Amino acid sequence: MSGVKDWTAGAEAIVYQSCPACDARQYFRRSFCCSCGAPDPVEKLAGGEGVIYATSLVCRAATPEARAHIPYNIVLVDAAEGFRMMAHGDNDLLIGDRVTARFVPFAGRLVPYFARTRS
Amino acid sequence: MSFITGVGLTAFGRHEGSSSLDLMSKAAELAIADAGLKRADVDGILCGYSTVSPHIMLATVFAEHFGIKPSYAHAVQVGGATGLAMTMLAHHLVEAGVVRHVLVVGGENRLTGQSRDASILALAQVGHPDYEVVLGPTIPAYYGLVASRYMHEYGVTQQDLAECAVLMRRHALTHPGAQFHDAITVADVMASKPVALPLKLLDCCPVSDGGAAFVVSRDRTGETGVRVLGCAQAHTHQHVTAMPGLSELGAEIAIARAKATSGVAISDVRYAAIYDSFTITLAMLLEDLGLAGRGEAAARVRSGYFNGNGAMPLNTHGGLLSYGHCGVGGAMAHLVETHLQMTGRAGNRQVSDASVALLHGDGGVLSSHVSMFLERTR
Repeated sequence: MSGVKDWTAGAEAIVYQSCPACDARQYFRRSFCCSCGAPDPVEKLAGGEGVIYATSLVCRAATPEARAHIPYNIVLVDAAEGFRMMAHGDNDLLIGDRVTARFVPFAGRLVPYFARTRS
Repeated sequence: MSFITGVGLTAFGRHEGSSSLDLMSKAAELAIADAGLKRADVDGILCGYSTVSPHIMLATVFAEHFGIKPSYAHAVQVGGATGLAMTMLAHHLVEAGVVRHVLVVGGENRLTGQSRDASILALAQVGHPDYEVVLGPTIPAYYGLVASRYMHEYGVTQQDLAECAVLMRRHALTHPGAQFHDAITVADVMASKPVALPLKLLDCCPVSDGGAAFVVSRDRTGETGVRVLGCAQAHTHQHVTAMPGLSELGAEIAIARAKATSGVAISDVRYAAIYDSFTITLAMLLEDLGLAGRGEAAARVRSGYFNGNGAMPLNTHGGLLSYGHCGVGGAMAHLVETHLQMTGRAGNRQVSDASVALLHGDGGVLSSHVSMFLERTR
């Protein structure tokens, strides 16, 4: 793994992996492609554009750190590059909305946050 | 062949001062007595897990505590599907001649043994540690995501989902062991506190203390036999981020496999015991399994189809939503109730014909599925 830093490591970036052998995309980092098993998927920086697949507005959290942010919207986003990711987003996002990512603090770390893309 | 020869179930709710082992023991004792057996007859033990008292060898901890020296024992962990997964394994173990009587047991003091926050936090860990859990989702949020998509694709409304909660509560009112004893309406569900929208408090099962157990045997021990006709699993993903499309979920795969191995059709089924951690879980599973047309589960609930006196009685004890959810034992209560119905012992809840039953469990976020058909033999 090349180890490009992304938001899970504190950087303002969304990183995915692309398989040189079968062209599959994956979001969860691994040392192999989970579609075909080929080693060394290539790490790529995502552009932060996508479409909302699902949303859930969290109104009851289990830790004091998360409770400070209530309500917050957990979203699944289909990224333009062909992978799906979980993130935060504006509370009024609807399924099918085109969205763009930025990064915001949440419970002591930076997390990806999506708002409607300005056309 | 394998038979469910005995069942045991505690009341669900608060069992102040009871440990997970206490609740497991109580249920196990009831199940062994129900099978007409003695502790020493049990030569296999399968147990679930306890989030309150995690242990890397819970089955042998329980065996020692309970006073059994089995020839086969270990724990099984498949989230909410654990109870049926253990039953499936027990079925294969006795069929293969490995053991004669397997005690399947689950129990946890999940309500009084830890704070509600601790329970919510423990359960959220089914999410991905790096890519999901750090975002602060909860189990209701994982299912809330699925609900939002399901509602979007199939035109299902929050009121539709609420019907499932109302039905489960109505059934629980007839069972003294249920955690909840107050009737609710669709309006009550709609007005309940938002948890992870579109799911509100009454769309969610509670956290409970309780225990459940059964004995799976090579031969029947009572007059009425309840036989495992066939069962199957499907596991498509773990994390909701990696979940396939709604038309490719594991429930449809597992039920197709169970139908193929047993030769049973949905039209043969007379009683249904379906996992109902949230209203969306129940609505989706009813439709995935073919107990209702796509997007039509709520209409079937409203029409009385799933009532005790309806065409397909469903979770007549009140399900996870209203009997309660103590972890592994939670969905095992579905099988206990099914057994009581099939053997004509369900008292004021007795349905007219529970000759063939379909049971289905789901673990994770619709990640792991077990479908099972049971048949009554006289």
